[in-house]
Amino acid sequence: MRKWSLVRWAGVAAGVVASPGAWATDWNMPRGVTPVSHQAFDLHMFAIWMMVGIAVVVFGAMTWSIIFHRRSRRPEPSTFTENMKFEVAWTIAPFLILVALAIPSTMVLLSDQNYHDAKMSIRITGYQWLWKYQYMSPADKPVYTIYSRIALASEERMNLDSKKSPWTDKHYLEDVDHPLVVPTHEKVLLLITSGDVIHSWWVPDFGEKQDAIPGFVTQMWIDVDKPGVYRGVCNQVCGAGHAYMPIVVVAKPKGEFEQWLHTHEQGAQAVAGNTATKAPALVAEESK
Amino acid sequence: MSSEMTAAHGGHADAHHGPAKGVMRWITTTNHKDIGTMYLVFSLLMLFVGGAMAMVIRSELAEPGLQVVNPAFFNEMMTLHGLIMIFGVLMPALVGFANWMVPMQIGAPDMALPRLNNWSFWLLVAGMSMLLSTLIMPGGAPAMGWTMYAPQVEQTPYAFPFMIFAVHLMGISSILGSINIISTILNLRAPDMKLLKMPLFVWTWFVTAFLLIAIMPVLAGGVTMLLFDRFFGTSFFNAAGGGSPILWQHVFWFFGHPEVYVMILPAFGIISEVIPTFSRKPLFGYTAMVYATASIAFVSFVVWAHHMFTSGMPTAAELFFMYSTMFIAIPTGIKIFNWVATMWRGSLTFETPMLFAIGFLFLFTIGGFSGVMLALVPADLQYHNSYFVVAHFHYVLVGGTLMALFAGTYYWLPKWTGHMYNEALGKWHFWLSVISFNVLFFPQHFLGLAGMPRRVPDYALQFADLNLLSSIGGFVFGATQLIFLYNVIRTVYRGKKATARVWEGAHGLEWTVPSPAPYHTFEDAPDVP
Repeated sequence: MRKWSLVRWAGVAAGVVASPGAWATDWNMPRGVTPVSHQAFDLHMFAIWMMVGIAVVVFGAMTWSIIFHRRSRRPEPSTFTENMKFEVAWTIAPFLILVALAIPSTMVLLSDQNYHDAKMSIRITGYQWLWKYQYMSPADKPVYTIYSRIALASEERMNLDSKKSPWTDKHYLEDVDHPLVVPTHEKVLLLITSGDVIHSWWVPDFGEKQDAIPGFVTQMWIDVDKPGVYRGVCNQVCGAGHAYMPIVVVAKPKGEFEQWLHTHEQGAQAVAGNTATKAPALVAEESK
Repeated sequence: MSSEMTAAHGGHADAHHGPAKGVMRWITTTNHKDIGTMYLVFSLLMLFVGGAMAMVIRSELAEPGLQVVNPAFFNEMMTLHGLIMIFGVLMPALVGFANWMVPMQIGAPDMALPRLNNWSFWLLVAGMSMLLSTLIMPGGAPAMGWTMYAPQVEQTPYAFPFMIFAVHLMGISSILGSINIISTILNLRAPDMKLLKMPLFVWTWFVTAFLLIAIMPVLAGGVTMLLFDRFFGTSFFNAAGGGSPILWQHVFWFFGHPEVYVMILPAFGIISEVIPTFSRKPLFGYTAMVYATASIAFVSFVVWAHHMFTSGMPTAAELFFMYSTMFIAIPTGIKIFNWVATMWRGSLTFETPMLFAIGFLFLFTIGGFSGVMLALVPADLQYHNSYFVVAHFHYVLVGGTLMALFAGTYYWLPKWTGHMYNEALGKWHFWLSVISFNVLFFPQHFLGLAGMPRRVPDYALQFADLNLLSSIGGFVFGATQLIFLYNVIRTVYRGKKATARVWEGAHGLEWTVPSPAPYHTFEDAPDVP
């Protein structure tokens, strides 16, 4: 598979030219599965086309000048050096373009800042180099905890002296042992912090990232509209293992999710009962 | 001492002596041309040191999996590449241009503070040597990226205090250099060189010097706080002790954002010299250009937190920094439009300096487009810290500043050396650079949008093709710079004799003296046309 990289690339390039579809999936920001990600995508596409429009005008003028105002065509240069009307025009025109960009950006930003009415919240803590996910009860106690580390298949392939090729693992550096599971069509609040240095929790399909900062809690909300597996990465360099703390989120329909959580909560309680801990927080590994 | 004093003051018969012989000439020199040369040679050397690190980075990233270096060393390369390119290449090269050209463009005999000038340069060498020495320390060099985010940076082993003192030394060097530039411009102009008659390159450096004096102490204070956190039990950035890791980000970016304008404003100045010369037409909108430069500098102080949109800032702050950042596009746009208007209906020729200047216009503008996109908060929450950002700042710093440095080097090299460079090699250098640059960095926009984070030694399989393409571009870009090196060295030793004016469209005081410029110029103030 590897040695065909260039050929495949040429294919992708041809595909990009041929179909806007390839653009949208492989090389562009994903449209994603949450309200926030849809809005980010729409804003991004709006901005891109604005920039393309400006580029056509500015680069067009430059190219025109390069072609038609070269010495072989115009041995005698003009001598004008100032024009107040033009200066005013090219101050106001960009200003209006920026206003046109600022209005939707502001509207999207304000509508995204909507952390109320979440049905459940999950506390996310970054460590060097794994993620901890805690499902919180309505009384804000952790009821079930997952430690999410990079999957064994990647670990066997990610070192300098690894015998296996990364190309033999379909989700190389994108898989974990225990994924985060969330319900679809339900507003979930994610509360993000760190236990050591700064990390950042980013699943592109969810439309944003928030830094995990020790001593601070940042937040984002998701309302996943499609069941599926969504992958992401740590987005803030956090030491030698920065590339090796992937994020996997499995979105299940509400019923399936509740069943899943119930099973695991009970397992967790059983474990906690057996070990007779007095800790108020119930912490357990996912049952095998 | 007395002979140097008289030399600096000029007029005395003793002032016509040439440089001292041997290595002491370079160690003890107070001559602005010698010091400018040393800055330029030093930055050229560092370009290849930092470039070699970039080659290590692109080799590792050519394929998924690890092939060349381990992740810890990768992070060291990534960090030193950034620090060296910023503090060892772009800034010193621009200071080298300032040393050579500012006195010659304003009709001054030398810099106002020649001894301080020597000290600024050698402090820079000391600081950069200290930074590079961390590579052979136990535990390796700093590995946290040039942004040195707390608390991660405090995990740096032995290298930690050396990194901080290196930053202090380079900061002092920059501050002293800036004081020198401001004093020179304010005090040593030829009698008729009114402020609004100064060449744009002088103007941009005048503004930049104020920026540097304002921000370097902030960085020095910030890294000193880091030092205290690590060694003296304070908790400025330590949440467990009541401090805030976000405070570091504010302090750093209050320095760091104006810093990027430090690297681009003098580059604007170079472009504003080159384009009129080869368009055979005076700069369009000189006054607007000066005011645009100043307003970019002012606004650059109130945009810093756009680097921190994902750190949980209040909505009102996010809105403020989004608007202020977008505002910068207006004066920057004014500059682009004025350069295009300068070319418009001129009589253009395309010698190597002009080619690089036009390359600058295209590439820097693309960097400006992605810059505006990055300002939009809801979209930035996706772009932030992805390869989209890597592409963006390489378009403005390499496509912008480095292209301008090449343009300026080819433009003034005949004045410095008295020889013409090889035009054919110059054109090869330009075309190979500009093509490989785009092969190198344009795909990184797509990588970032598709979800590849920056500062990783390894990545998932779907990013493999574009990374390979980017690495191929990187190797070609790196190799192409050897053409530049060869061309420069060749020009120093041979090449066609250059005339005083060199370019038929060139105007300005530096072209009124012979090529190469004599060791002492403008001992008597020239008449300004």
